[in-house]
Amino acid sequence: MDIVRRALDSDIFFSFRRSPVVVVAAIVTVLFFAGAVFAPWIAPQNPFDLRQLNLMDASLPPMWLPDGMPEYPLGTDTQGRDVFSTILFGSRVSLLVGFLSVVFAMVLGVGLGLVAGYMGGTVDAIIMRVADVQLSFPAILIALLIDGVARIVIPRELHHEIAIYVLILAIGFSGWVQYARTVRGSCLVEKSKEYVQAARVIGRHPAAIMFQHVLPNVMGPVLVIATIHLALAIITEATLSFLGVGVPPTEPSLGTLIRIGNNFLFSGEWWITVFPGAALVVMVLAVNLLGDWLRDALNPKLR
Amino acid sequence: MIAFVIRRLLQAVLVMLAVGFVGFSLFAYVGDPVSIMLGQDYTQEARQRLIQDLGLDQPFFVQYARFIAGAAQGEFGISYRLARPVSELLLERLPATLELSFCAAVLALAAGVPLGVYCGLNRDGWLARLLLSVSLIGVSLPTFLIGILLILFFSVILGWLPSFGRGDVVQLGGWSTGFLTPTGLRALILPSITLALFQLTLIMRLVRSEMLEVLRTDYIKFARARGLRNRAINFGHALKNTLVPVITITGLQLGGIIAFAIVTETVFQWPGMGFLFIQSVQAADVPVMAAYLMLIAFFFVLINLIVDLLYYLVDPRLRIDKGAAGGHGGH
Repeated sequence: MDIVRRALDSDIFFSFRRSPVVVVAAIVTVLFFAGAVFAPWIAPQNPFDLRQLNLMDASLPPMWLPDGMPEYPLGTDTQGRDVFSTILFGSRVSLLVGFLSVVFAMVLGVGLGLVAGYMGGTVDAIIMRVADVQLSFPAILIALLIDGVARIVIPRELHHEIAIYVLILAIGFSGWVQYARTVRGSCLVEKSKEYVQAARVIGRHPAAIMFQHVLPNVMGPVLVIATIHLALAIITEATLSFLGVGVPPTEPSLGTLIRIGNNFLFSGEWWITVFPGAALVVMVLAVNLLGDWLRDALNPKLR
Repeated sequence: MIAFVIRRLLQAVLVMLAVGFVGFSLFAYVGDPVSIMLGQDYTQEARQRLIQDLGLDQPFFVQYARFIAGAAQGEFGISYRLARPVSELLLERLPATLELSFCAAVLALAAGVPLGVYCGLNRDGWLARLLLSVSLIGVSLPTFLIGILLILFFSVILGWLPSFGRGDVVQLGGWSTGFLTPTGLRALILPSITLALFQLTLIMRLVRSEMLEVLRTDYIKFARARGLRNRAINFGHALKNTLVPVITITGLQLGGIIAFAIVTETVFQWPGMGFLFIQSVQAADVPVMAAYLMLIAFFFVLINLIVDLLYYLVDPRLRIDKGAAGGHGGH
């Protein structure tokens, strides 16, 4: 209880409550997370269970248009899938890939940044040079390349199964540099502080100093980067899936849904594309707003 | 100055060699080019001959050296998918990508800078606030979705503009241009807007924040105290000083435009290099992938180099710092 009371009393919670936009963004984000996690239980239909699909109900418009049916609030696609249910299941894949690739990028980037900052010298030079080279290419290009290579190296049947993990690694690997640079910078500052010297004097192992003492003190900015990176990772995943090199169509993410719906744009079934697209934008926008707010709230200069 | 240029050039060459290594490893170890090129029926003899023709029986470093030497002359082998020289394929599609990127960059700058200045000068005006909120939505809109929405409105619903291809093109020497025909120009509109929008919002936000920063400085207050006119202060003093970071970021964004052209070209089926690249990734066409990677890397390194040199020329403080610091620091 004490922790809850302290959290409710903090400056951050105060600035959170004062901004209605951020509160709305937080609610939307939580709703998306809940919808994604509980999709199998709350979706009106399991769009991947062929027994539940009815071809007679294919290509129905949203329920407020003529011909629309109340069972399918956002209409159905050409195979009779409920668009609302596919969005719930699609956000599940999108959020999962986005979240795990952020975790992967964070672990890799924070680890390398700590090592570079704490060890210095040649190790530092090599890590930061690699980071510089990678930073001069856009993340999407690097993710595309890793994904493309994996597609060729791994046999087709196997690739279908592990496509999601390949995608997570590809997107995560394309984003570690930001973390490494930030952590290295803060680590250089922390290194000269007394607590680190004290830990060194009593003979603690460098790895223990790095991860137990320095790490907690450099995590603030990392959280901010991670939030903004989550939005970017979701966009990257959607883009790759849209390009046809992301998750397989058997487990569609929002990007795959948009790609599929794009084929029916000219035959008038706009809802198959537009609603997954809108869901993607709202989700990313909400996460972006949270990230922006977190950055300002944690930045002591702006207080 | 000369030492700086030489050091940057060396760095650029190193980056290119590293990328070349990645490209070569792709080329040499990913997939089995021989069986792809031979197809279903072949004799052991034909296989041996092809291996020799491709130089695949040579040691690693000989192959790498040959690859780099070939790449330096624009020679990347033969596409598995289309059975034509890769350099020819890329050259054919280069004009389409460059014309699209050029239009997008001009559009992003021509709209982004004035909008940014406006938002910086009227930071509390309703229009500036509106533009800023819209720009946040712009950052959250993936490029491909912008393209789809534009197609939905302007091609499907209104029927005003074409949704795919380049329209009619005119051959000028080896360069196919869409600038000279009405259909070519109409076909450019939607893809350029799609590609420009993300960069536009970035440039606008950057110019705005730089303007706000500069307007707070003492020399602007002094200029006001001297009774200079607003126009002279805003454009003669403030805008001029915001341009240094804008040049840098815009230059780097130019690389981003070329990379995101992959997405835009796929949405609009624009016959450029990016569309070719995606088709190659899907078809495991390694020579095209490797060549595209090298070409893009070359553009990036070139752009970075030019931006660094421009920065050096535009900002005199950088030169003094360098001298005082005894030439330390890579940038």
